[in-house]
Amino acid sequence: MSKVYIALQDNDESRYIIEAIEEDNPDATVIHHPAMIRIENENSLIVKRETVEEKMGRDWNVQELHLNLITLGGNVDEDDDQLSLSWNV
Amino acid sequence: MSAKKLNLKDKYRLLTRDLDWEYSYADRKKAFPYEEFEGIKITDWSKWEDPFRLTMDAYWKYQAEKEKKLYAIFDAFAQNNGHLNVTDARYVNAIKIFLTGVSPLEYQAYQGYAHVGRQFGGAGARVACQMQSIDELRHVQTQIHAMSHYNKYFDGFQDWTHMHDRVWYLSVPKSFFDDARSAGPFEFLIAISFSFEYVLTNLLFVPFMSGAAHNGDMATCTFGFSAQSDEARHMTLGLEIIKFLLEQHEDNVPIVQKWIDKWFWRGTRLLSIVAMMMDYMLPNKVMSWKEAWEVYFEEAGGALFKDLARYGIRMPKFVETTEKEKEHISHQAWWIFYNYGHAAGFHTWIPSDEEMDWLSEKYPDTFDKYYRPRWELAKKMEAEGKRFYSQALPQLCTTCQIPMGFTEMDDPTQIAYRSSDYEGEKYHFCSDGCKHIFDQEPEKYVQSWLPVHQIYQGNCGGASVEEVLRDYYKLNLGADNLDIKGSPDEQRWKEWKGVA
Repeated sequence: MSKVYIALQDNDESRYIIEAIEEDNPDATVIHHPAMIRIENENSLIVKRETVEEKMGRDWNVQELHLNLITLGGNVDEDDDQLSLSWNV
Repeated sequence: MSAKKLNLKDKYRLLTRDLDWEYSYADRKKAFPYEEFEGIKITDWSKWEDPFRLTMDAYWKYQAEKEKKLYAIFDAFAQNNGHLNVTDARYVNAIKIFLTGVSPLEYQAYQGYAHVGRQFGGAGARVACQMQSIDELRHVQTQIHAMSHYNKYFDGFQDWTHMHDRVWYLSVPKSFFDDARSAGPFEFLIAISFSFEYVLTNLLFVPFMSGAAHNGDMATCTFGFSAQSDEARHMTLGLEIIKFLLEQHEDNVPIVQKWIDKWFWRGTRLLSIVAMMMDYMLPNKVMSWKEAWEVYFEEAGGALFKDLARYGIRMPKFVETTEKEKEHISHQAWWIFYNYGHAAGFHTWIPSDEEMDWLSEKYPDTFDKYYRPRWELAKKMEAEGKRFYSQALPQLCTTCQIPMGFTEMDDPTQIAYRSSDYEGEKYHFCSDGCKHIFDQEPEKYVQSWLPVHQIYQGNCGGASVEEVLRDYYKLNLGADNLDIKGSPDEQRWKEWKGVA
């Protein structure tokens, strides 16, 4: 098993994104560092547009993630509805 | 205007496929002259895919938003005298290393990607390199802007491009990028996009920037994270590039492995400077270098190499050495600079008692045994008025250009020496990794511009060290160099803070 991870700047927008990630990835671990929040999970992690929009209460484009993204690890796949991270095992 | 909105995949396809064209009257080989000489075989460029599927319109839109956010913070930082909010004047010295050692690399990356972005036959690769090139230019510009505020209040920031080209320890990062940029375009991508961006830069931009925030440096944290938001894209591309090359042809596998081995080791040597910044230069600590290495290389890199195993790629050579080095490297690097603090463009110091206790806690197997006694001795000598600066110029490793101060990892009391003979000359190395790199391409590394050799050959001005530092490096002696204790930086800091 390998961990994928994503780190976001600790700010108001990220808070909703993190909430959405936690909801869609119930086993993920959230770690707080100064100014940044890191979420890791075994093998895969998904960020869904629909869930983020629900949390934010507005339209949200998956590419907006770039504004608050610090780093990530894993194979990325992104389309209009979601961004996913995974390792092939 | 009534056409339905394209989805992300369609937009990306139009940008990277339909913008390309077949060559009808020009010779394709002449158009892309560097594409074959490295031995890499590309059978189908259309397989190149940016997983973020970023198109130019989206790129400009989001980059503009990032910039607006960033510059609002720079303004706020400057208007509110942000430099007074950092934990301690010592902290700013890490930022001096950043400006003189790292920011010029962003500029080199900008030039490098602009070059290779022209040289690839596939439009997807060209677009990706173009975006990255512009990103890197943005990074160097934002870093200069952020740090220009510190230049108003602290020494050592005034002539960073000049210093980058000449100062002995800055030849370490400079030669790293010179090496990558003078390689072929595919090696450049493995060196920078994969080994540097994907495997190693997290260690510079993530825990160190979190550390900047933890030390009250809003400007640096913000440019760091803003840059890193681009790096996340670069890292992803780095991984895609390597998968692309490995999937194109099986003959690419051993070539790519050789480059991974080389650039992983080059990168770990470069990061020894970041190791000491993390462990010794941040007054408020976030995590130790060892912990950062474990999270960002051993865990994240381990997962990555497990993923690549199906292509026949193995962990980089000498990775087992780094497992031992993480216990030692920051202490040995800071000790080298403490010894040569008179010749550095930033200030040095002995860690405080509390900092030494933190180091003991983080390095239970090595700090008290090998490194605390050195600092206790330095402290005693300083108290007796015998602060010692090494006057002899150090021997440098021909490959990484770091002074030969690193030890055998199985015997940390013995300095490691390796050497190779090539065409009647002897060349010296700090490690098996650096010797191996030289032995693969001796005809390249015999041309290394080694600062100490150049000084001895009389190519750096004056006959004395002082003349070289003052006239050739343009250091303001007595202000930029030596210990923080008694420096003009420290004096000003105390005045601002109202302490005697």
